[in-house]
Amino acid sequence: MNITELTVHELKEKLDKKELTSQEITKAYIDRINEKEKDVDAFITLTTEEAMKQAKEIDEKRAKGEKVSSYAGIPIGIKDNMCTKGVKTTCASKMLENFISPYNATVVEKLNNEEIISLGKLNMDEFAMGGSTEYSYFKKTKNPWNLNKVPGGSSGGSAAAVAAELVPFALGSDTGGSIRQPAAFCGVVGLKPTYGLVSRYGLVAFASSLDQIGPITKDVEDSAILLNMIAGHDSKDTTSQEIERKDYTKALKNDVKGLKIGIPKEYFGEGINKEVKEKIFEAVEKYKELGAIVEECSIDVADYALATYYIIACAEASSNLGRFDGIRYGYRTKEFENLKDIYRNSRSEGFGQEVKRRIILGTYVLSSGYYDAYYKKAQKVRTLVKKQFADAFKKYDVILTPTAPTVAFNLGERSNNPLEMYLADICTVPVNIAGLPGISIPISVDKQGMPIGLQLIGNYFEEEKLLNAAYTLEQAIKFRENYKPEFKK
Amino acid sequence: MKVSKEEIRHIAKLANLKLKEEEEDTYILHLQDILNYANIVNNANVDDLEEAIGVQDKYNVFRKDEIINFEDRESLLQNAPDKENGMFKIPKVL
Repeated sequence: MNITELTVHELKEKLDKKELTSQEITKAYIDRINEKEKDVDAFITLTTEEAMKQAKEIDEKRAKGEKVSSYAGIPIGIKDNMCTKGVKTTCASKMLENFISPYNATVVEKLNNEEIISLGKLNMDEFAMGGSTEYSYFKKTKNPWNLNKVPGGSSGGSAAAVAAELVPFALGSDTGGSIRQPAAFCGVVGLKPTYGLVSRYGLVAFASSLDQIGPITKDVEDSAILLNMIAGHDSKDTTSQEIERKDYTKALKNDVKGLKIGIPKEYFGEGINKEVKEKIFEAVEKYKELGAIVEECSIDVADYALATYYIIACAEASSNLGRFDGIRYGYRTKEFENLKDIYRNSRSEGFGQEVKRRIILGTYVLSSGYYDAYYKKAQKVRTLVKKQFADAFKKYDVILTPTAPTVAFNLGERSNNPLEMYLADICTVPVNIAGLPGISIPISVDKQGMPIGLQLIGNYFEEEKLLNAAYTLEQAIKFRENYKPEFKK
Repeated sequence: MKVSKEEIRHIAKLANLKLKEEEEDTYILHLQDILNYANIVNNANVDDLEEAIGVQDKYNVFRKDEIINFEDRESLLQNAPDKENGMFKIPKVL
């Protein structure tokens, strides 16, 4: 048995049957990291020693017959923008290179309560700004399917680590597609929950009205399991919603008979790669065979949504990142005579190019003279986007689109052209603008062997419907049985 | 959409950033590119729509204004680039 090939629900079964111990599982992952991390570069910080200690403690508890959580002793990887007490949280930035959070993010606290073991903190684009993980200050993560390609971003470390089996599952965060797009590029499952389902407390803020934490996993069932662990109201995040607690794994019925799926024609325009389109339509045929009712529809906001996204996200970022001033924490310049110098020079030296670009764009659209033309207008378009989705959900249970217009691109191909990089988000950003839940599942590979992701979008807090729709297609397609990353050089 | 050198310097000042000469030039080009694209929003028909505040509109969350002490002072101060006697240290302001 190859332990690292197993899903989280398979690992749990083996733990329950005493066929495996937490130490065996954790050790298997550490061995795998020692073998493959040099090719993939998914981690910023490893906490493997601490992980082995925790695994031992949990095994001892189990051996003594003490009560442990259902998934106790299973390891995880965490995107490096979620605060972990005592372990560095860098946001892949020089600004936070040595930052050690004094507290845990709520999601981290919840994982600790479940006795899930962290193997370390995963690479990302600096402050989650980017679509390829190339904007990390520390390293460039590679796509396990082809090491010359990007893993997507900004949760590229999380997606690559799951795909390369360096962790059984991982947490990512999604502001405009940062969970779903790298999941699609790396052939794994990525779920962005409804805005407000998961607490953002302790997630380093990028764009607060768009950010949401979610699972990146090997399969849909694992996503449901991880969502069970992290969902729920938190008084420390006033935008988190008080909704009834659910067991999302119970929603996986492997049945979509009568499910109404809308396919917005605007998401299949000229910007979408031909092979991606073909494979998505093959999956649509599969849905029809499985008894779903599929119809073409129109959600005519894709272009508006992307422009709106970059206005709103950058505006919020320019405000959120104002806190980095070199006083209480973070990088401080050596070159200063007065307080103003500390602010300016620390920020100019501590932030990378893309972060500065977005702060400038955000400051611009919020500055007097441009506020009405850009920011105010974008907030109105946001209402329009929400309205168009609301109309669509009167007719359909889920909306189906490609996750990204192309498969993973080459390292370096887009890093100097910001607009081209932004276009990679065109299918995913409308979901964040509206605050809806979305999931990406791998459905096939292109001629070069690179994975293609399909995105399903659900109505507010209808993760159950969304997960079941994704699960049913996954069971029919069996992507994981047919394709494996090859670490091509 | 043209962005001038003075404008980019003004924006950088507002954002508390100091840009190098060559950074100014690159950011002007990128900003123009992105703004040209972002101008699409002006074609959207939104005349009778209200601005969205966020995802969930029109509600407030109230709670009691209670003080919760954070006891671990050391862990807060350990990240400070400069400190003295348990306080953050900055250059003279007045």
